Amino acid sequence: MQRRPAIDLVAIRDRHPQHFARFDRQRLLTLLTGIAAFALLLFGLAQLGFFGGTLLSGGARLVEIIGLMLPPDPGSWAHARTFGVALLETVAIAFLGTLSAAVLALPLALLAARNVTAARVVRFFARRSLDTIRSVDILVWALIWINVVGLGPFAGALAIMTADIGSFGKLFSEAMEAADRKPVEGIVSTGGSHALGIRFGILPEIFPVLASQVLYSFESNTRSASIIGIVGAGGIGLHLAEAIRTLELQQTSFIIVLILIAVALIDFVSSKLRFAMIGRRGAMT
Amino acid sequence: MTSPIALVPAAQLRPLLDGYEASVRSRRWHTLLILFCIAVAMVLSSISAEVSLPKLFDNIHRFPSYIIRLFHLENGRPVWTDFPEWFWGLPRWLRLLGETLLMAYVGTVLGAIGAFVLCFFAAANVAPSRWLRMAVRRFCELCRTVPELVFALVFVIAFGLGPVAGVLAVAIHTVGALGKLFAEVVENIDMKPVEGIVSGGSSWPVAMRFGALPQTTSNFVSYALLRFEINVRSTAVMGFVGAGGIGQDLIEAIRKFYYSDVSAILLLILVTVAIIDTLTSKVRHQLIGREERR
Repeated sequence: MQRRPAIDLVAIRDRHPQHFARFDRQRLLTLLTGIAAFALLLFGLAQLGFFGGTLLSGGARLVEIIGLMLPPDPGSWAHARTFGVALLETVAIAFLGTLSAAVLALPLALLAARNVTAARVVRFFARRSLDTIRSVDILVWALIWINVVGLGPFAGALAIMTADIGSFGKLFSEAMEAADRKPVEGIVSTGGSHALGIRFGILPEIFPVLASQVLYSFESNTRSASIIGIVGAGGIGLHLAEAIRTLELQQTSFIIVLILIAVALIDFVSSKLRFAMIGRRGAMT
Repeated sequence: MTSPIALVPAAQLRPLLDGYEASVRSRRWHTLLILFCIAVAMVLSSISAEVSLPKLFDNIHRFPSYIIRLFHLENGRPVWTDFPEWFWGLPRWLRLLGETLLMAYVGTVLGAIGAFVLCFFAAANVAPSRWLRMAVRRFCELCRTVPELVFALVFVIAFGLGPVAGVLAVAIHTVGALGKLFAEVVENIDMKPVEGIVSGGSSWPVAMRFGALPQTTSNFVSYALLRFEINVRSTAVMGFVGAGGIGQDLIEAIRKFYYSDVSAILLLILVTVAIIDTLTSKVRHQLIGREERR
């Protein structure tokens, strides 16, 4: 058997010092970043009152609360009926909000898309206004709409619509910019106007993408719709906040379970529809 | 003039045209049917959501007037004429804004740590047991489906009013959201290093540390930064239910009709969110660039 030649570690170390350095620049930098992040975490925990003893006593109370939440129980049939109706209202708010947002966002997205709107000024203003709409939280929109149409689910639907116009506008305009240019060129080359090019060149191509985005956000909007009731804009959130505040914990967990079921159902149906429209591969992106 | 295009005889063309028209007609019917279903659903949900267009049109003028009023001071002058008056509460608001950012940071880090621990048990390719994987996945789903504010409401009862409840609510939601994303990152790794380490006789934790982790770090950090961005937005409204941050002052200003305060606080939040978005997207692009160079 042939002996392996002895490894000359010293020579290798001399030839590749960078692989033997225990702390090279990169590693040191990573380590320092990590330490800084951890220090900030500790500072934050201290600053926000995590070490004041509330964590232990609160944790004990939380365990107790969770114990009291089980099993979920609406209390009476009348309550269960009320919650069921409120849940339907929540879904209705989400549905209306999503759909009207999609309808209103389409023209705005046309204005914000580079290959549709040539005027840079128009595009700039369309984008900035979409950004602004998007960065105001849905609860704030709900409060503003309550000032306009009063308390109730209508304000909630309008709030979801407003908040969603921002996100749909952005998503739609991005989809338009990603569309193939060749159909439009074909239409324009045979004498069609720019508007015809958009109608028959861009819209048919992106329509399935838009529809899938709308379906996708229907699910997340159902979740949003279930909390805007906390500020008085209709839906099941009102009952939820009230049940928590009056410590009806079994009702609370019942309502949470209702919301979970509704969201899961909508998720299931909308993903089925999405796959039917654009195929499994397209839906993943 | 003879056309260079050879025309198909009418007898041959007829069935082709008929077929084309039939297919167009069936498509059109299809579309109409879908539109009809959507219209019915709209009507039903309008009834449920108490939509009333007359009410909307009667009151729609209040929407622009509300927005305009937001930019006027108590004495009726536009806000930009008197900055000190508009931002009279700046020191307090900045402190609350700092608290909001800190809450978002702590919540994101705690949630990311939780998600980091869980994701190796939830990824299909490396999970040690199938049952554990299902359990972890369901847990993550539960954490991200229940809205943060609901967690916040419950935690406010347990931990009292204040930022602790808000941070924990954000952290739990982050565990759910990041747990799923992290698990997907782990599922996309190259399994050869892991197999190599396991075949050398190492245990599962060692295989994860030296086989899986090095391939995932930059993606983990990138997703965590993205989540931080989202969490800044959601901690800004945690104060609505008394869970700390600037939301408390915002909702008070809205409820008590301190119009110029509302616009000042909203503007502060918008600017902060915009700055954070730019910074994190810069860092993220750098991270992704490093990943691609490798």
